[in-house]
Amino acid sequence: MQPIIDIEDQGFDAGAHLRIKLALAAIPVGAVLTVRGTGQDWSGPLAGWCRQQGHAVAFVEAAGILSAQVTRGAIQQGRWRGAHATGAIDPRQPGAVHAEADPAWGLAARGATVEAGVPPFSFRLNRKAAVWADTAAALYAEAVAGQWNADSAIDWQVEFTLPDVIEDAVVQVMTYMVENENAALVVPARFLGQLHPHFREVQAVLALQVADEARHIDVFTRRIALRGRQPGTSTVGGQASLKSLLDEPEFSVAQFLLAVLGEGTFVSLLNFLHAHAPDPVTRQIARLAARDEGRHVAFGMAHLGQQLAGDPALQARLVNAVEARFDKLSGSAGLNEDVFDALILLAAGATDGAAIAAGYARVQGLLQDMARGREARLAKLGFAPEAAKRLAALHTRNFM
Amino acid sequence: MSNTLVMGAVAYAPKVVTIWEGFKTWFGERGLDFDFILYANYERQVEAQFSGAIHLAWNSPLAWVRAERIARARGLTVSAVAMRDSDQDLSSVLVVRTADGFADLAGLAGRRIGFGAIDSPQATLIPLDHLRQAGLVAGRDYTARRFDVLGGKHGDHIGGERDAAQALMAGEIDAAWMIDGNYQAFANEGVLPSGATRVLARSGLYDHCNFTVSPGAPAAPIAHFCALLFGMSWDDPAVRPLLELEGLRAWRPGRTSGYALLERAVDDEAFYDSEGKILAADYRY
Repeated sequence: MQPIIDIEDQGFDAGAHLRIKLALAAIPVGAVLTVRGTGQDWSGPLAGWCRQQGHAVAFVEAAGILSAQVTRGAIQQGRWRGAHATGAIDPRQPGAVHAEADPAWGLAARGATVEAGVPPFSFRLNRKAAVWADTAAALYAEAVAGQWNADSAIDWQVEFTLPDVIEDAVVQVMTYMVENENAALVVPARFLGQLHPHFREVQAVLALQVADEARHIDVFTRRIALRGRQPGTSTVGGQASLKSLLDEPEFSVAQFLLAVLGEGTFVSLLNFLHAHAPDPVTRQIARLAARDEGRHVAFGMAHLGQQLAGDPALQARLVNAVEARFDKLSGSAGLNEDVFDALILLAAGATDGAAIAAGYARVQGLLQDMARGREARLAKLGFAPEAAKRLAALHTRNFM
Repeated sequence: MSNTLVMGAVAYAPKVVTIWEGFKTWFGERGLDFDFILYANYERQVEAQFSGAIHLAWNSPLAWVRAERIARARGLTVSAVAMRDSDQDLSSVLVVRTADGFADLAGLAGRRIGFGAIDSPQATLIPLDHLRQAGLVAGRDYTARRFDVLGGKHGDHIGGERDAAQALMAGEIDAAWMIDGNYQAFANEGVLPSGATRVLARSGLYDHCNFTVSPGAPAAPIAHFCALLFGMSWDDPAVRPLLELEGLRAWRPGRTSGYALLERAVDDEAFYDSEGKILAADYRY
């Protein structure tokens, strides 16, 4: 029996077209749907709608009752001829994440059916091998759960008083942290804008890294201002080191330099500040920021572990990148001298000889801890022990 | 004009440039040497069809009527070679507020009725004619309020119809004319809330734009042009955006059977004379 839809007195200014559209979707192209209605002037808008949708319509009157014979046209199907299939939601499903994302998929959700002819979007990072990590979704979930509110997570009101010179040292270290976190924000942010949205789990990880760094910059700045100070100094050597991170165009190499070597080293620094900072606010800040940085390192390690397994030649490129960066920075001073001294003072907590000696010893311990950490991560990525030791030593003196 | 087929089109909106640049590229890739000239209004475009400036024109129905009258007066011929599927069998509707309870057109005697631009076939000329046929003459039997946007564009800019629909909902007028597709569009936009309005009258069916060939235009490139148009497929993703911009699914051979209502309106409302001269005194373009 021929399908029939009765739109009763529903008008085309009240969504009647949708009832007809749904009924037509249930019949094949070329089949006929009978439409009836009781509203005033229902046939006129129906004819207009059919014309616009590419369906033929004929009106017949029998026994004083008007009905329309709507023949389903092929126009709506034509739109989907040559459409792109774009994978699937669950990245664990075979074929869900393509090896290469097509520029013509544009901004569509992964798995959507995309009409042919979308203007191509020039996302430079469109190869899975260049950006992916299987653990990205899990790391993103962990990052979401680990977000903290700087107003409530840190006790900004806690009472403490530091000697001026120690407070100045804390301010200098925080000044240095802001500068470094600016690099840690800008690097993933730049890649984020170049990443094809097909790799949405990686997109999400980078987006939260950016948010993490924005929060760190905020709390470091608030610590600078806590006792009415302005930021301390910023040097050519420090900034030259950070600029070399921003100049790296390859995602995997940038992850290696920033996350595995730089942020990994920063985790050591933050743990040091958590242990030795002279006031509770700085210690709290350092503890929370270290947690976030640990996740950034984890993504970099996961990504590189996977990339190195699939592309053994990448190891040579990573070695070259470390060496090139070392050569490039060999003429610069590296760590700001003010920062180095501030770390000693901060760990000393006072200016007498014994305290400074103790602070100095702690900073020496920090530097050794940083080098050991880098070496361990490099070994985990499959670098031979000698190479790992050598590369760890070539890392910038600016830490990040 | 060398061997280039030159078409005129009216720049009623910025998208017109996109549309015809797209067509030009597409035609060029298929061996048709094609170019276009944009006019600010249909009057100047129709006049150019008789000065040798353009071989054909993408004309409004009113421009077609004028071109046909000028040609006939001069012993020449123009022809309509192609039109959009969406140009055929259109109608205009007279929309009123449901709450006002008008039973028929007679109820609008002495009331304010909204129209579109002075030169709009669908929102002014055919509607004026429809009411005249029902015994209602503007200025005598009702007050006509015109929502004039962009004179000379022959109502291609739908702003006038939207303004009229808004004025209807604001209570500034008692009825508003619009093309049937816009009634649906204004409902979708929420300009006409569901159930708040109804259609009191519907005009007869009429046709809209066509490609009008100028007198003496070379036959071969025109034939090539038409063959390419009719070969454009909605299924082709390279063509579909152009068709969507121009508002069609498929090109159809031109026909002139759908302009009778407008012909009568042009005469009765004294818009053009039988030789295509402009009579409407307050027409600015």
